[in-house]
Amino acid sequence: MKTNKRSFSGLGQLLIPLVALAILIVFNIFRDISFFSIDLRFNNSGNMVLTGNLVSIIDSASELAIIAMGMTLVTAACGGQDISVGAVGAISGAVFVKVLQGMGAITIGTMLIAFALCCLATIVFKLFNGMLVAVFRIQPMIATLILYSCARSIAYWINGDATPQLRNEIISAIGKTIPGIPVPTPIFAVILVGLLLFLIFKFTSLRLYIQSVGINEGAARLNGINPTRIKLISFILLGVCVSVAGLIGVCRLGQLNHKTLLVDIEMDAILAVAIGGNSLGGGRFRLSGSILGAYIIQMLTTTLYAMNVAPVNVKAYKAIVIIIIVVAGSPVVKNKLTALWNRLRSGPARESARKEGVS
Amino acid sequence: MEDGIVLTMRGISISFPGVKALNNVDFTLRRGEIHALMGENGAGKSTLIKVLTGVYEKDAGSICIEGRDGEANIHSPQQAQNLGISTVYQEITLCPNLTVAENMFIGRTKDRIVRWREYEKRTTEILDNLGIPARASQELSHCSLAVQQMVAIARAVDMKCKVLILDEPTSSLDDKEVAMLFKLMRELKERGVGIIFVTHFLEQVYEVSDRITVLRGGELVGEYLVSELPQVQLVAKMMGKSLDDLAELERIGQKSAAGEETVYEAKDLSSAECRPFDFRIRRGEVNGFTGLLGSGRSESVRAIFGADQVTGGRVTIKGKPVRITKPHDAIRSGIGYLPENRRRDGIIADLSVRDNIILALQVIKGMNHPISRAEAEAFADEYIEALQIKTASKDTPIRSLSGGNQQKVILARWLLTHPQYLILDEPTRGIDVGTKLEIQKLVLKLAEEGMSVTFISSEIEEMLRTCSRLIVMRDRKIVGELTGDELTQAQVMKTIAGGEARDENE
Amino acid sequence: MTEKRIRLRKREPLSDTQMLMFISIGIFCAMYIGAMLTLGGGFLKPQQIFDLLNDNAALIIISCALTIVMIGGGINISVGGVIGLTVMACALFLNGNSIENSALSIVLTLLLALGIGLGFGLLQGFLVAHLEIQPFIVTLAGMFLARGLTTILSVNPVKVTHEGFLELVKTKLTIPWLGYTAQNGNLIPAKIEIGALVALAVVILMFLQLRYTKLGRSIYAVGGNRQSALMLGINVRSTVFWSYVISGVLSGLAGFVFLMHKPAGNASVAIRSEMDAIAASIIGGTLLTGGVGNVIGTFFGAMILSTIQKIIALSPLNASWWQEMANGAMLSFFILLQSVVLMRKNRARAKKRKEIKEKEKKKDES
Repeated sequence: MKTNKRSFSGLGQLLIPLVALAILIVFNIFRDISFFSIDLRFNNSGNMVLTGNLVSIIDSASELAIIAMGMTLVTAACGGQDISVGAVGAISGAVFVKVLQGMGAITIGTMLIAFALCCLATIVFKLFNGMLVAVFRIQPMIATLILYSCARSIAYWINGDATPQLRNEIISAIGKTIPGIPVPTPIFAVILVGLLLFLIFKFTSLRLYIQSVGINEGAARLNGINPTRIKLISFILLGVCVSVAGLIGVCRLGQLNHKTLLVDIEMDAILAVAIGGNSLGGGRFRLSGSILGAYIIQMLTTTLYAMNVAPVNVKAYKAIVIIIIVVAGSPVVKNKLTALWNRLRSGPARESARKEGVS
Repeated sequence: MEDGIVLTMRGISISFPGVKALNNVDFTLRRGEIHALMGENGAGKSTLIKVLTGVYEKDAGSICIEGRDGEANIHSPQQAQNLGISTVYQEITLCPNLTVAENMFIGRTKDRIVRWREYEKRTTEILDNLGIPARASQELSHCSLAVQQMVAIARAVDMKCKVLILDEPTSSLDDKEVAMLFKLMRELKERGVGIIFVTHFLEQVYEVSDRITVLRGGELVGEYLVSELPQVQLVAKMMGKSLDDLAELERIGQKSAAGEETVYEAKDLSSAECRPFDFRIRRGEVNGFTGLLGSGRSESVRAIFGADQVTGGRVTIKGKPVRITKPHDAIRSGIGYLPENRRRDGIIADLSVRDNIILALQVIKGMNHPISRAEAEAFADEYIEALQIKTASKDTPIRSLSGGNQQKVILARWLLTHPQYLILDEPTRGIDVGTKLEIQKLVLKLAEEGMSVTFISSEIEEMLRTCSRLIVMRDRKIVGELTGDELTQAQVMKTIAGGEARDENE
Repeated sequence: MTEKRIRLRKREPLSDTQMLMFISIGIFCAMYIGAMLTLGGGFLKPQQIFDLLNDNAALIIISCALTIVMIGGGINISVGGVIGLTVMACALFLNGNSIENSALSIVLTLLLALGIGLGFGLLQGFLVAHLEIQPFIVTLAGMFLARGLTTILSVNPVKVTHEGFLELVKTKLTIPWLGYTAQNGNLIPAKIEIGALVALAVVILMFLQLRYTKLGRSIYAVGGNRQSALMLGINVRSTVFWSYVISGVLSGLAGFVFLMHKPAGNASVAIRSEMDAIAASIIGGTLLTGGVGNVIGTFFGAMILSTIQKIIALSPLNASWWQEMANGAMLSFFILLQSVVLMRKNRARAKKRKEIKEKEKKKDES
């Protein structure tokens, strides 16, 4: 019982998501192998682009993967989840569009300024969440419930009821593909954000700090770590992730709709974190797990679409698969399976041992 | 079954993967006796208790309980309770958000409907009967820890338990509260309850117990009457060492002579939890804060380290004024602090041994200068070797280590920062005698190398062996400072009790 | 003897649950009186309160459903989804039902609603209590499942055409003496819908259940300290399991009540109402950490939310986004208030304990 606890290093944590992904892939191989076909085609604007289900899965999971990364950090540091990411993403998009419209022309320069400002706005809102969590010690879910319920109204207030259209080459280059590069741009955004976080963890000790604060805040403080600061940092990083996701969301459609931009993404992001084997109670985390979780969710959705399930009905099937995945990952089921496995394995061994004893 | 015996455990064995935790252990409890269960950490005390209370399933052996024929089947804590075996754990296992009366009755009545008035009436009777100072309708979180513990005992008693297990009940109580608890235990003994008393405090065993069973390494050493087993022999039996070895324990090292240079000095230092005090420590000096629990000894060192909110005072380190308001400041000024409560304040349970070791050094280096993996591995290897930390690997989460080894990891964490001043608050609490000795030796060695150390322990002998200066506290004030020849148990006791202070006044 | 009795009767300091509940009741009263004084009009008529109840019966019921789970230390975000599914299923059932006896078909519909809720409760309870999966994920999956099943049943809105049921929808309890005289001199009596009465009954029943039954107290114990509850001999698993079952059944009932208020099903019925229910519970003084809260507070929490909506609807700021912002502001206010109140109280308690200790010590010295 004491030594049974497996260490979390190695593949242990990623086992369930990897198996889930493998099952999805095998299922699709048997269902319809053409699911995996990837073509190089001309799109509407005459660019060579890669098309196919796999590309579209990886492409359309981009926002989710980016937000899931940020969500992992907040979950790990604060032991709770931020449910306002989608709504704050709408604010981010609204600020971006507002600034762009205010400046008139859409050039790379104005885009950068607009993005910087929308990043700033998102971070301010995330710091509001972070203050409630870190200073006032309110559970993250409740603290973020406030913005969850009113952030889309703030987005509306910024930009009015209209759904501004942004038809521009630069916008479509960010939301779809850059001419000459056959891979959808959002995929690069995921890589970029992943790389950014990787470098942060590589060149700072933030990872150790976040895990320490998430596991034992009091002890972390006594070792000279400032838990408030670490929690705020995790919210700031989430804010950056949210504004990148908001940017992609706006550019992908070439329009802003404050009601539908990144809608319901918070639930999927939390799911991605959980499917990736991270504890929702905080502490140790693996970003790769969450990213994997995001792609699993998207692959599931795309598979269901490919099976002609109506988009509105996808939720029901998704729920069933989620339940199966979390049941398979639950410690109780794991322990029972391990016990069963041990019994099966030790059964014959014991018998042979007995025989030896006799002879 | 022999008359008066309430519980017999015969040939109990249990093993966990890779460990034989208990091997053929016998235990007998008689009616109306207080029976101490002794042993070092890892001796199997808690395993035995857990077998008895149904938390673990035994591999072999039998348990018989008075008044029941044949073997008792115990597979869950509930079944144990139904058989009259109740346990009061070190951590309070009541619900703080319920009232005292509810805590007395919840989980054991068959009623589907709660009859508040009746519960409160009966609770009041029980509390009065046992002399417990609590009100039935009080929310439990409004009571002191000692009272909460007593409510837990009252609950067990009211369940007509024949066997009452007290697992380290005194570790968070001060002397007065311990006295109250012992009074209650004696009262229960009179009523014929058999009490199993698990503790680390030897004096307490001799104060209340009738009989002692000693375990070592999962095996039974023997059962003795308290009157027939002198304290030294008890320790010898627990450690499995001969008396000569223990003599060495008495002679442990030479106290090092303190240097002249003052390393740390505080004037009028005060925090939210303690009154202003002056304090200084010299290079290579080992000093101690002593006093009863709650006298302010831990609060004082917490103020030095900035762990509580510092409210005033001037601090200088090697003559230079510094501002220490939070632990981070203290660590950067070269102070290390091993906290009193290892599990709550010390370890980061889910992190690996390696990460736990490098944590404080990492903080000193700052967030932008991470310790590389290779360096961390090297540090971990070095200290696992130096302190002989028993762990499966560097990647093992610290929580799966034994208490003594966890403590060594925390020590390693601070030694790695090469502090000029190290504060150790109860480094030897709850760990086995062998490791205690190692830690004391280590403290003396560090002092010899020039480190200043503050050493706090509830066991005065330990402090007398290691410290060259003792600061005595009472009621959150420093009431005396003992050095040289004054460092005797009698003198310390006298100062704690207050004789010294009154003499001065006259 | 008399001394003992005095000791029993002595007033205890307020528990966290009571204090947070009283704050929310106080604020509701202050807000309502404020609205009466400044806005007047409808707020001066008793009917206003009944309207609040009529319009929010389903919300009150699911808020209670959430409070019970939250006191036990869990969460259930599937309540809104279950309402949506129940409404749709019941509407289809009523329309497709050719049983002549309309009373029987209504009873069957009610059973269907409770059955759906029960099914969700049993499944979620099993996953949370026995397989120890995080409640947030389980009930999130439950929400997805319920919403997905709703659209599988019908993507298009379904209007109830069952005459017997429509009759039931129109049935209202009238109280003449609380009515008012309209401009043309007719007396218009106060009207309460059946759903509102059901909601009130649920609040009272759940209050009694939480306060006076073994299961209710066990839920508090589990939420207060799970480990201790286990040690006290409480069957933690079954307690958690039943708290989800109750929550599920109440959600089903809320669906039926919703249908009695608006007899039509569509895919967006009660969408996001789980968040309103969580907000109502929090405003009513339930802590997400468990062990603290009760349904009376939750009832007033739900009333506060709906009163804000009414006030904004009557004020010049009538717009959905203003309502959302006001909700957000209100929520922030309550959350901060609770956090401050609890912090201060704990600090005061610690201080008091210390003072008592010091006094005792001084006594010993002298």
